[in-house]
Amino acid sequence: MDAVVEKTSLLAVQGCRQAYHKDASADLVVLDDVNLTLHEGEIVALLGRSGSGKSTLLRIVAGLLRPTAGDVLWRGTKLEGPPEGVAMVFQSFALFPWLTVQENVEIGLEARGVSRAEREKRAEEAIDLIGLGGFESAYPKELSGGMRQRVGLARALVVHPDLLLMDEPFSALDVLTAENLRTDLIDLWSEGKLPLKSVLMVTHNIEEAVLMADRILVFSVNPGRVANELRVPFAHPRNRHDPAFRKLVDDIYGLMTRRPVPSTPTPAAPQAASIAMALHRVGTNLMAGLMETLAGPPYNGRADLPALAESLQLEADELLPLGESLQLLQFAVLEEGDLHLAPAGRAFVDADTEERKTIFAAALRAHVPLVNMIRQVLDERWNHRASAVRFRDELEDHMSPDYAEDTLRSAIAWGRYAELYSYDEEAEQFSLDDIG
Amino acid sequence: MSNTFHPALAGGRRLPSVWDLVAILCVFGALVGVTHVARGTLQPLNSPEATAISLDPSHLPAYAVRTTLRMFAALAASLLFTFTYAVAAAKSRRAGLLLIPILDILQSVPILGFLTFTVVFFMSLFPGNVMGLELAAIFAIFTSQAWNMAFSMYQSLKTVPGDLEEAAISFHLTGWQRFWRLEVPFATPGLVWNTMMSMSGGWFFVTASEAISVGDNNWNLPGIGSYVAMALAKSDIHAVIYAIIAMLVVILAYDQLLFRPLVAWSLKFRFETTAGATAADPWMLKLLRRARLLQWVGDSIGGVFAVISGFRLSLGPRWRPMGGRAPSRALDALWLAVLLAILAWAGWRIVTYVATELAWKDVGHAVFLGSLTLIRVSVLMVIASAIWVPIGVWIGLRPLWARRVQPVAQFLAAFPANLLFPPFVLAIVTFHLNADIWLTPLMVLGTQWYILFNVIAGASAFPGDLLEAAENFRVGGVLWWRRVILPGIFPYFVTGAITASGGSWNASIVAEVASWGNTKLTAHGLGAYIAQATDAGDMARVVLGVAVMSAYVVLFNRLLWRPMYAYANRRLTLA
Repeated sequence: MDAVVEKTSLLAVQGCRQAYHKDASADLVVLDDVNLTLHEGEIVALLGRSGSGKSTLLRIVAGLLRPTAGDVLWRGTKLEGPPEGVAMVFQSFALFPWLTVQENVEIGLEARGVSRAEREKRAEEAIDLIGLGGFESAYPKELSGGMRQRVGLARALVVHPDLLLMDEPFSALDVLTAENLRTDLIDLWSEGKLPLKSVLMVTHNIEEAVLMADRILVFSVNPGRVANELRVPFAHPRNRHDPAFRKLVDDIYGLMTRRPVPSTPTPAAPQAASIAMALHRVGTNLMAGLMETLAGPPYNGRADLPALAESLQLEADELLPLGESLQLLQFAVLEEGDLHLAPAGRAFVDADTEERKTIFAAALRAHVPLVNMIRQVLDERWNHRASAVRFRDELEDHMSPDYAEDTLRSAIAWGRYAELYSYDEEAEQFSLDDIG
Repeated sequence: MSNTFHPALAGGRRLPSVWDLVAILCVFGALVGVTHVARGTLQPLNSPEATAISLDPSHLPAYAVRTTLRMFAALAASLLFTFTYAVAAAKSRRAGLLLIPILDILQSVPILGFLTFTVVFFMSLFPGNVMGLELAAIFAIFTSQAWNMAFSMYQSLKTVPGDLEEAAISFHLTGWQRFWRLEVPFATPGLVWNTMMSMSGGWFFVTASEAISVGDNNWNLPGIGSYVAMALAKSDIHAVIYAIIAMLVVILAYDQLLFRPLVAWSLKFRFETTAGATAADPWMLKLLRRARLLQWVGDSIGGVFAVISGFRLSLGPRWRPMGGRAPSRALDALWLAVLLAILAWAGWRIVTYVATELAWKDVGHAVFLGSLTLIRVSVLMVIASAIWVPIGVWIGLRPLWARRVQPVAQFLAAFPANLLFPPFVLAIVTFHLNADIWLTPLMVLGTQWYILFNVIAGASAFPGDLLEAAENFRVGGVLWWRRVILPGIFPYFVTGAITASGGSWNASIVAEVASWGNTKLTAHGLGAYIAQATDAGDMARVVLGVAVMSAYVVLFNRLLWRPMYAYANRRLTLA
């Protein structure tokens, strides 16, 4: 059953594009041609991997960022700065540490010049609604994470916004606290007690999206685009163990592991192997551990990602980069929500410590052009030394500084593990010292 | 102001408390003092009681009040400067390009050498009136207080957490509201701490700024500084001791009445997400919170503040520029070109001015004297470190001692070292010692404590598990110092040493020349050079000396301390 009664458009994002301007090369596109319409009475989740630009989109909707191109229409008028009637909940809570719970909740009303008596009355209502009664005079640092995010919610609700924006609101909380807060929020929403018309939330947790949202927009990475739109047909309260629920979660895993067809280079394809390929920041121990887990029972070389994520206590956002890195090195293959071990991965698992390094080194040189290039440069130099700065500069011509940093860090860590080169952190320099 | 009392509970206890009586005494005492001083500043300069100093200890309380008020006037000026200069530098990128390097230089320039110029300037503003002298003295103290406060404010404004900024914007706080509700509270702990440090630094300048001589003219402003100068000139050891006692009382008073409560109060604004151990409120803060009358006054001030800071004033666009967009390179280049032109012109003016009176020989001489002072400062830093690092580590690893010693070290840093000069001078004269060597320790007398209390802080923060690991692997003796504790406290040590060495350069102007009655001891060095040029009213040499000293200080910072600091932050911080 769908909660939507009357479909009034609240917010429309049209052809939105957000790009970093780089002088050396083309613009680095964070968001590309994003369209989105939000109606009254629905919860919409933006689901995507980190770096897919979903938080950027939320900030554009909040009027905190001006899009490079495209329009945001709020109730039919073009957005120029933070609009009235939109309130935001932050991943890090963003509470003012020097204000009490009550003062934090009142800040939005105070900014509008609401009279003191009115402020106190409305804050009291919001505080009671969200279950913070008795904590009015506490300071944020005295509260647990869950209670702090309740303050964040109360602060947003007290201004009676039409649209509530939530930026990964539960990801800084432990599993139980997050579940408790989600349930409370959904209960209030379905009972119609929240002074809201609509909710737009960003998350990388697939189950969270299926649990809370009426509609899910799945974002692709690099550049961020809306790759899929899904309707969640279940009524609240939803049951995680319902087969239909599990099926939807499975499907979304499949969607998120499917490679986008055009434009972006596919790592497996040899012709696309340029040094401009972004690497995930994934540790070698984690990769080895995952391969060992995959090889052993009960998976015996093939695992369903949601099940694997649950048993390893990893979120999709952590598991997917790991799987993709293994796929890049051709140790494993990702397809339709499954991960299965490739022959090279099997050989790695069966090898001892020294042989593993040899296998890893071979895979790196064959499939990661950046690592190969670093080693080549070192071999050619008379002193076998090379500064990391030149590689970073080269990477930054092709990707944002953050991605370049992650990619370089991975190349350093992986190459060190494979004993292809050593690295001096102080001098930011690669060398062949201590390499046999 | 405080929420310690719930209105419902407070209802039954409306009667004034004992704390109210104490509070009223404090308030009226301050009022009487201020009126007394205000009368004094409007006297004509040539009336005898305006600038006559009596060594009779009964005058000391009045002198102490006047000196203290001068310091607070300078503090108010410093705050004003901080809230304009630092804010402008932080808010406008282009202004920052100019203002921050200037601040950096001002911080390392020995301001003491400029006293002469400023006195002349302020005297010309109020001809024949004490007010001109007062302002000159206040300005001198201001120059010792303002820079680090402005720096602290600037750094805080630049590091306001991004999510809080976003929250403030998305909840529609205007620029004005954001400044008072987010940025100023965020800057408060650092600013309060630096204000306290500045107040300590100011004492050093009090003695130099109250007794002013320009060429043949000598003026004495009533105050502790003049009293000390007079006592030194008349070789009156009793008077020196009285002055030390008076100063101790004043420092203790404002420390207890103002700074302890302020620091405790400012902890509320510290940006931390976990509740740390909280110390008991200082007694003065308790008084403020308990005395109903003061609470009422505090609440009213808080109310007015809330109204003013709540004004919906806004400047500039509401959109935030994204990442690397926006700044126009052509405009930046133009701005830089204008700055360079101004700089070149100023440099040219200074050179031509100095060149009319001086030759290259003088420059060479000043540089040579500077190298002597450089050797002094370096040797002193090594000796002070060798003494205070082991002691600081010993104290820091014993929490009980650290708690006792820390305030004492801070207090010693606040104590103006020039008061302790007389015993040194007497000893040097009595034993016929070499002034070049034995005047040197005076330079670190006041500044060595920064090393001590930073090392104590570092050792107290050293992780217990690392100490246990070291013990478990039987790491002892030299190896323990070299591998365990020294790398651990190094970042703290560098912070302390930077402050100490900067202070020592400044102190050299006072410490390389010391007098006791008619005996005048002079060491060879740049500090003595500047001091003598000031006494002789030789402006060109003062400018030259100060410029050379600034160059030394800046180079010392850039070539030694900055790299060490960067290294410590990169390699030796326990993150």
